[in-house]
Amino acid sequence: MAGGRMQLELSRVVQGRSRLGVLKGLGRTGQHSLEVPGCLLYTHFGTVPHLTQDTLHTLRNLPSVTQVTLSNIAEHQEVLEEFKDGFRKFAGLHDTVVYCSLHDPATLCPTGYTTNKTVSVWGSGGRIELTVAKFMALQKTVQPDWYQSMADGETWQNSTSRKRVRKSVDRTLAHLDECLLVHQKSQELDGVEVFGVVEGGDILEERVRSARETAKRPVAGFCLDGLQTASMDQRLRTQLITAVNKELPEDKPRLLQGVGRPDEVLACVEAGVDLFESFFPFQVTERGCALCFSFDISPDPERAGRAPPEVLELSEEKDAAGDTKQNGDLNHDDQTQMTSFEINLKDKRYQDDFRPLVEGCGCYCCKNHQRAYLHHLLVTNELLAGVLLMIHNTSHYHGFFSALREALAKDKLDLLKTRVLRAGAQQMEREEQDG
Amino acid sequence: MAATIECGGATNTSENNMSVKKALSVASPLTLRIVAECPVTKARVCDLILPHCTVNTPVFMPVGTQGTLKGITVDQLEDLGCQICLGNTYHLGMRPGPDLIEKANDLHGFMNWKRNLLTDSGGFQMVSLVELSEVTEEGVKFKSPYDGKEILLSPEKSISIQNSLGSDIMMQLDDVVSSTVTGPRVEEAMHRSVRWLDRCIAANKNPHKQNLFAIIQGGLNSKLRKACLDEMTKRDVPGFAIGGLSGGEEKDDFWRMVTLSTDHLPREKPRYLMGVGYAVDLVVCVALGCDMFDCVFPTRTARFGSALVPWGSLQVKQKQYAKDFQPIDPDCQCPTCKRHSRAYLHALFKSDTAAMHHVTIHNISYQLTLMRSVRQSIMEGRFPEFIQSFMKRMFPSRDQYPSWTVDALASVNITLQ
Repeated sequence: MAGGRMQLELSRVVQGRSRLGVLKGLGRTGQHSLEVPGCLLYTHFGTVPHLTQDTLHTLRNLPSVTQVTLSNIAEHQEVLEEFKDGFRKFAGLHDTVVYCSLHDPATLCPTGYTTNKTVSVWGSGGRIELTVAKFMALQKTVQPDWYQSMADGETWQNSTSRKRVRKSVDRTLAHLDECLLVHQKSQELDGVEVFGVVEGGDILEERVRSARETAKRPVAGFCLDGLQTASMDQRLRTQLITAVNKELPEDKPRLLQGVGRPDEVLACVEAGVDLFESFFPFQVTERGCALCFSFDISPDPERAGRAPPEVLELSEEKDAAGDTKQNGDLNHDDQTQMTSFEINLKDKRYQDDFRPLVEGCGCYCCKNHQRAYLHHLLVTNELLAGVLLMIHNTSHYHGFFSALREALAKDKLDLLKTRVLRAGAQQMEREEQDG
Repeated sequence: MAATIECGGATNTSENNMSVKKALSVASPLTLRIVAECPVTKARVCDLILPHCTVNTPVFMPVGTQGTLKGITVDQLEDLGCQICLGNTYHLGMRPGPDLIEKANDLHGFMNWKRNLLTDSGGFQMVSLVELSEVTEEGVKFKSPYDGKEILLSPEKSISIQNSLGSDIMMQLDDVVSSTVTGPRVEEAMHRSVRWLDRCIAANKNPHKQNLFAIIQGGLNSKLRKACLDEMTKRDVPGFAIGGLSGGEEKDDFWRMVTLSTDHLPREKPRYLMGVGYAVDLVVCVALGCDMFDCVFPTRTARFGSALVPWGSLQVKQKQYAKDFQPIDPDCQCPTCKRHSRAYLHALFKSDTAAMHHVTIHNISYQLTLMRSVRQSIMEGRFPEFIQSFMKRMFPSRDQYPSWTVDALASVNITLQ
């Protein structure tokens, strides 16, 4: 395999499953690294939603890996081919590792368009069909540092038949083999990493089969697909991921696609996942909400006095928002429903609330603005609302991952879970009941 | 409230500075220092010292209608060199309302903008946005678009809201009449505006912190305008705006009213031409003696992908730019042009709102840079040359120069080549 130097160095494995470490050797010259568990930087066509480079760089400690998606890029293939120098340069990106995924994790695609030889992505102008040849041509033009191989993940709906699930596993393996063949012959992709994709819907045997077979291929790591938030409850997800990870080599990273809610992240880290996509802060932003759940695990008595998440307030909010889910059948609006990890700034109660979004948060929004102002921006439909919320939500989310790593390092995962899940407690209860 | 002035520019002695500071702290929230005057045209360069910072004129003031500049943070605005921007009394008076803004430490505190703010009176929005508004001597009566309640915007109410907003410059409530209207209504509005000016002056609770500007009306009628000028200049206000123009009127009438106004406005007070923002208009009106300008155009047009450039405008969303790997303007130093190409922005418009922000930043930068260049050229005694090369760059050929610009500039001794 004409691969790169990606290497996972684990410093701890907690209770045999949660992993802490660093993914090293990233980028063309191998100089970047990413701590795990960690998340990638979610973008639309290389841009973190709503943000220009100035506003983006008010954030400290950005993930070193930027995610771009073929759903945004595919329609611009011609332009990129004429540009010749790859997507990073085309987008004027800062010094970052570029990871190219197939789909945008924030939007669920229409189903029914996948064939034995093709998958489809949806750009601004409609559906674009990809064969492996076209997929690989795109990779050669984008010139990412790392990409996921072409995959059929159309199994996230509840009603997917066993036959269909089996097909998705078979096709994905076939696509992987074809991609690797092209990859090995392509000089343009020298040094670029490929992740294989594990499918299998909600069928344990298929998951295991997919994992075993994918692990046989010379890939640098694994994407776990078809486990999106909307597709199943966390209990099943944990079960499947645990089974999958048993089949995967310990020393290669596992990237879980389409899962981003803090409680789910915690559960999946405990099941052995290393990497996540950070589209959740974007979804929170789009509904005019701000992340505010606590992830403070410091023992410092002075800091312990800091206000805990406004549990009462949050549950009031949730009651106002209504049930998030019907029994059994998951609708795909689930992802856009407000969670208990956030506050809804459009609510009248924030009209004259002159506190920052989150007390003690060091982000640009919290250092410069107040809830009342954000409320005003949202009520008047002002564009700045999206900018400020995206900054805060991104900062808060990355802070959560930072706390997660610290918790794993210091054996405080239980404490972190208590902190974070207290906010989501009612949510989890509901899921347990329905599951 | 008298504006204190310093003329003859070059003497920047510490004594002068001391007296400026003294004047500020004593009573006047506005000091105009004339730094240079063009010997050919009526243009001038001034330093306008306001409570939050000094504003270098000629100045273009971007419009942040609802207490925000459409997707741009205050830091970004500051980094672009903006020293003063606008807020709208009508919009902010509706939402979130003056009481809340007072609680938030006025509009500066609410937006977290540390430099200067100018608020208009709400009069223009009243007439242009509100379907059924009725003007009486009392004020403007209208129905709130949010809850249908009947509201009266009187001079007193407008000033009260602006006092709560705490802007550095407030505008009087004027009786706004479209520039395309003729007949007795224009005269009625002009006289009423004078009476409303007096009521505004009386209603201003913060004359030591907030400057109230008068607005010269009179439509396109020189007699009425002159009468208005005569009356309003009798009042001791720190500055004057030229209003009732930049509607749908002919440019030929427009420039004549502008120059008539500057002819009769006091030299030592700032002249604010409201609603003017196209590059050509800015340059010509600086030549005609105006110091301050505002317009929603640059920021509004940005959101549609229209980028302002020295040779006109560039519609980034058009197909021809899909593979254009240059920045919007290769000579522009704004953050957008330093980092991104037309092709990237073209594509980004299909994926994310940030595309609009990139163009907004570029357009504000373009406007502010233009004014800085104008200012520099006046100070260096080469404004006439600047105008020549500016026009050359903007239009493909001499016969494409709009005739009104030729006439207007000729009136101030510039023969366009």
